Amino acid sequence: MIEIKNLKKAFGDKTVIKDVSVVMESGKCNLIIGSSGSGKTVFMKCLVGLFEPDSGEILYGGQNFTVMNDEQRKELRQQIGMLFQGSALFDSMTVEQNIMFPLDMFTKLSFREKLNRVNEVLEQVEMKDVNRKFPAEISGGMKKRVGIARAVVLNPKYLFCDEPNSGLDPQTSLVIDKLIQDLTIKYNITTVVNTHDMNSVMETGDHIIYMYQGEKEWEGSNKEIIFSKSQKLNDFIFASEFLKDAKDMRMLEAKGKIDNDRNMDELLKD
Amino acid sequence: MRIFTETGRFLLMLRGMFSKPENAKVYWKEFMHQCSDIGIGSLGIVMIISFFIGAVSALQTAYQLVSPIIPKSTIAQIVRDTVILEFAPTLVCIVLAGVVGSKIASELGNMRVSEQIDALEIMGINTKSYLVMPKIVAALVTIPMLVVIAGTLGILGGRIAGVSTGIMSAADFHKGLLGNFLPYNVFFALVKAYVFAFIISSIPAYFGYHVQGGALEIGRAGTKAVVVSCILILFADYIISALLL
Ligand SMILES: Nc1ncnc2c1ncn2[C@@H]1O[C@H](COP(=O)(O)OP(=O)(O)O)[C@@H](O)[C@H]1O
Ligand SMILES: [Mg+2]
Repeated sequence: MIEIKNLKKAFGDKTVIKDVSVVMESGKCNLIIGSSGSGKTVFMKCLVGLFEPDSGEILYGGQNFTVMNDEQRKELRQQIGMLFQGSALFDSMTVEQNIMFPLDMFTKLSFREKLNRVNEVLEQVEMKDVNRKFPAEISGGMKKRVGIARAVVLNPKYLFCDEPNSGLDPQTSLVIDKLIQDLTIKYNITTVVNTHDMNSVMETGDHIIYMYQGEKEWEGSNKEIIFSKSQKLNDFIFASEFLKDAKDMRMLEAKGKIDNDRNMDELLKD
Repeated sequence: MRIFTETGRFLLMLRGMFSKPENAKVYWKEFMHQCSDIGIGSLGIVMIISFFIGAVSALQTAYQLVSPIIPKSTIAQIVRDTVILEFAPTLVCIVLAGVVGSKIASELGNMRVSEQIDALEIMGINTKSYLVMPKIVAALVTIPMLVVIAGTLGILGGRIAGVSTGIMSAADFHKGLLGNFLPYNVFFALVKAYVFAFIISSIPAYFGYHVQGGALEIGRAGTKAVVVSCILILFADYIISALLL
């Protein structure tokens, strides 16, 4: 569990995060949604200490991250995994070396044991026969998977994913989302995901935080989001006509006015 | 004003390098990797330029020393001293600032821009010690070696050029080479080599590590790193010469 209290961050005189308080729950995908430039990345980087917040507190399982010194942070960070927007794989290393790197650095396992662990996580992200490939030789979706594998190889308690499905096709996107969700539930990880992908919101959003210009505008679950009264949220989520229709359908369905398991053949048979 | 902030940040980076390695073995591997990159990687160019510089300085010295009173062996002596005092350390390091410096700056710049440095930080690794320190130490170890090789090859180049063009005999060259030799000059050359090695590695590392932006800024950091390193090398060259000679 991560508790964030009154977090603020400005660059010069431009305030990017304005007084955000939120609790990230464990065993759940906590989604931060919002349009580009709303401060999602900055917020996430504040949580992990890549940016220093101007004020506020960040508590990891009760420990105050904001007042920790470098050594204490290094200690805590070994329980943190992060998937970056551009995957941030080390170009000079193969896929196998990338994933093995945290093991090399922080464990005393033998090469065999490390290799087994690498293959185990590669299997979890459904990748095969890529051990010897370099990041430049694999596709964007595969890079994300390797990024996830590297982030979870040390069994983190906290997982951060910055736009895990940016630049991916809808199908691959869903697979990545599912993967993150499965790992989160299976290992009871506190996962924080930045996204502006509506599919992920609807599929994996157990806990959604909507950011609007650096402020927390709305918070709730994917069940609640279609009933939200926030105009800004509605404009953001249901931007297209198609999605507006989908929302109406869901609302009717939720109110028992449509049976979504209805037989399509019956309906189409004018 | 800006120069003070930049110097401050540079010193902070250097101070930040000193922390207990998370894993000595991985650091050692990175250090060896850098030694091979910096040392072996630039051995070829260093050999070529030092050989030709020695050869050219023999020919030009002979061209300038036309007086019949001056013995031919003096040419060898002048070649030896200019190569050891100036050409091997300074010129080679200026070239290395281009070769090694731009490589260090662009490597770190790319890692910064593509968030690889952030990824290392998140893992709980001190990136200043893991990425910057091995480069500086590797430069301090290998660049003085390169300078020694350059000195030797420069003198050899002078000899081959002098003898093959018939300017002097091999015996004349040897006589000059051994006459009035001051071991202090070698010490002087090595002091320069260490100082320049530090400049060549730390300045580009600073510019690369602190890149902000994208591909364009990486290129800019590379250029800036080379320009600043070259200026600092020449400046340090002057200071060291004024102090030690
Ligand atoms: N290092 C920085 N310096 C100054 N401004 C920044 C920096 N990083 C981000 N910003 C600004 O913060 C705002 C939020 O950016 P970001 O968090 O990247 O948005 P997103 O929600 O798309 O991830 C943007 O307006 C951006 O210009
Ligand atoms: Mg972002």
